[in-house]
Amino acid sequence: MKRYLHGIHVAGHKSTAQMSAVKLPLPDSVVIPMAMHIGAPAKPVVKVGDYVKTGQLIGEPGGFVSAPIYASVSGTVKKIGEMLGSNGRMMQTVEIESDGLDARWEGIQPPKLETMQDFLDAVRASGLVGLGGAGFPTVVKLTVKNLDQIKCVIINGAECEPYITSDTRAMIDYSFDVIAGCRLLQKFLKVPRIVFGIEDNKPECIERYRELVSHEQNMEVMSLKAMYPQGGEKVLIYHVTGEKVPEGKLPLDVGAVVLNCTTISSIARYCRTGLPLVKKCVTVDGSAVKNPMNVLVPIGMRMKDVFEATGGFKEEPKMVLYGGPMMGIAVPDLEQPILKNTNAILAFGEAEATPPEPTACIKCGKCIAHCPLSLMPCEMETAYKKGNIERLMHLKVNLCMECGCCSFICPAHRPLVQTNKLAKAQVMAYKNALKAKAEAEKAKLEAEKQKEAAK
Amino acid sequence: MSQIVAASPHVTTKNSTAVIMRDVLIALAPAVIAGCVVFGLRALLVVAVTTAACVFFEWGFEKLCHTPSSISDLSAAVTGVLLAMNLPVSIPLWQAVFGALVAMVAVKGLFGGIGKNFANPAITARIVMFLAFSKTMTAWVFPDAVSTATPLAMMASGESVDYLTLLLGNHGGCLGETSALALLIGFAYLLIRGVISWHTPVCFVGTVFVMSLILGQDAVGQILSGGLMLGAIFMATDYSTTPSTNWGRVLFGIGAGLLTVLIRFYGAYAEGVSFAILFMNILTPYLSKWTETKPFGGVAA
Repeated sequence: MKRYLHGIHVAGHKSTAQMSAVKLPLPDSVVIPMAMHIGAPAKPVVKVGDYVKTGQLIGEPGGFVSAPIYASVSGTVKKIGEMLGSNGRMMQTVEIESDGLDARWEGIQPPKLETMQDFLDAVRASGLVGLGGAGFPTVVKLTVKNLDQIKCVIINGAECEPYITSDTRAMIDYSFDVIAGCRLLQKFLKVPRIVFGIEDNKPECIERYRELVSHEQNMEVMSLKAMYPQGGEKVLIYHVTGEKVPEGKLPLDVGAVVLNCTTISSIARYCRTGLPLVKKCVTVDGSAVKNPMNVLVPIGMRMKDVFEATGGFKEEPKMVLYGGPMMGIAVPDLEQPILKNTNAILAFGEAEATPPEPTACIKCGKCIAHCPLSLMPCEMETAYKKGNIERLMHLKVNLCMECGCCSFICPAHRPLVQTNKLAKAQVMAYKNALKAKAEAEKAKLEAEKQKEAAK
Repeated sequence: MSQIVAASPHVTTKNSTAVIMRDVLIALAPAVIAGCVVFGLRALLVVAVTTAACVFFEWGFEKLCHTPSSISDLSAAVTGVLLAMNLPVSIPLWQAVFGALVAMVAVKGLFGGIGKNFANPAITARIVMFLAFSKTMTAWVFPDAVSTATPLAMMASGESVDYLTLLLGNHGGCLGETSALALLIGFAYLLIRGVISWHTPVCFVGTVFVMSLILGQDAVGQILSGGLMLGAIFMATDYSTTPSTNWGRVLFGIGAGLLTVLIRFYGAYAEGVSFAILFMNILTPYLSKWTETKPFGGVAA
């Protein structure tokens, strides 16, 4: 029996859904981090004073799980420096002073696509990472030992985070590329089934894709109940295929690959034109923003420049986010640049930015009833406070996907998911310590044995 | 321009403990009104006294302990109203105040306040009063001036009861328990507002109904009389003293139903709802443990 996982209903605020992306005037300079993905940071291949053009390589991948980085404007490399990223780590950056021409690099040409390897090389060269937010290099997701492993590719068009509509716009404004990308997957990866998972609060998208797939083979549209976190990878896979991704396994282990709709359209665009991911459609919204809209901006454009170009603020922003309010990251200052996987920047005034004070847990069980993965957040909080790591492991805190439903729904406003994040790190450290201890003991035993043998 | 940095999520529900408790008070209003209609305005006086006393004792206890005051979350007021609902309308007011002291200090405050107590304060206070002041606690007032026994006592001695009277509440009993209809209106409100889940009340009342049928009793009369509706809807759904998983709530309801039937049909007392709930309160940590949810995709270690 298939059933729906739990979740929450959170006000959508999708006021920008009908607005196609507006191309903003280019900023004076962009600052492009070398770490915009999960994995090894890229290594800069330019030096200060170099003249670069849009689409030219400026950072080469630092490993297999990594991604190349390209200049998003034409101009002169002004500085290769460091800045504090929103994740609290220092990251290397390349700052380019724009010459305002946005001149395209001559080397850009559509990739030659004949074999599967050509296709994967193209995806690698495109610099694409998961654009839904996680920023996992796309090519790594698509590299499989054996093509039979992929039973179903799910195109994630859920966009369940409030405010964000950039995926909706990609689905409507670039539907040609989305479908073209799916055809590429069918051609080169022999994908037998492609499902568009779209929330039913986007009837326009559902209708359009029903029409589009009627001309295609082995593609279908699935209308999903609008609820948060419908677009969470495990949730989406379960609702589309009925398969549960087991603990410690990957979606591929149940035959599924999930790609964000903007990611797939970007793959197609790269294969068509050879222009890597250098511009991004971003939703600019939030209570402090004067003119909420979708904008097309170069990667590396600073937040303050983006906000300014859209008309600025109507009240002083107190909290500014990368992404939506459920899982978005609050930034310390507006110097932070647009990243590859930035789908929205939101600015909120004082009222929204000040969270309510937590009060005592009343054991109402709402966090349990609303957890999509059937975890027990209130129990985990108690275990964490007691430092009971065994209990945290028993409660499977490691499975928490940090969607934040528990914290959202808690009438006592307790920081439940925030505690889970700390607990996860603690469990990880505990497991690592156990492993290290076991290894040290093994090494000691080994050494003793050798000593024995030497005698 | 300094920015507030915090871990996600950056939005929360507008719901709060105070909103939930306010909803419970609203849900109790029909039963309080029914109590006033059936027993006269002294019912309102008893409600006012126990509520004021509960709020005062919570405030005073927290003052003594130098802990922040929690009276604004309205939970003390809820306990106060619930306690009054469990008392006969003729209860001497000083005894009612004593009950409030037991509920707020002995049962709730000393165990750490809201969310920490393991026994339902109003139920426990009622039981203490029942044992301490047996005479006044069973001095039923009969609104029709003809009856001499509560419906449960009547059924126990083989008399028949009128269902419409039971629904409307025009019969002897505690001041808030007599009108099943008023309590059911409150139940509907709590369900609509998402304050409680249906599991405990339905399983509790359902078990009493089925067991009464099996034992050849008047099943409809049994579920409409005594403190069953009040207990099942308002006391057995108290958050901190009942399981927080749905399966735990099912077990709680069934267990409380079985115990109620045992006491009603085979015990020395005519009514067993409060003892049943208190007993299940004590079992709650185990019910919670036995009904832990199964993590999605979890693999046994």
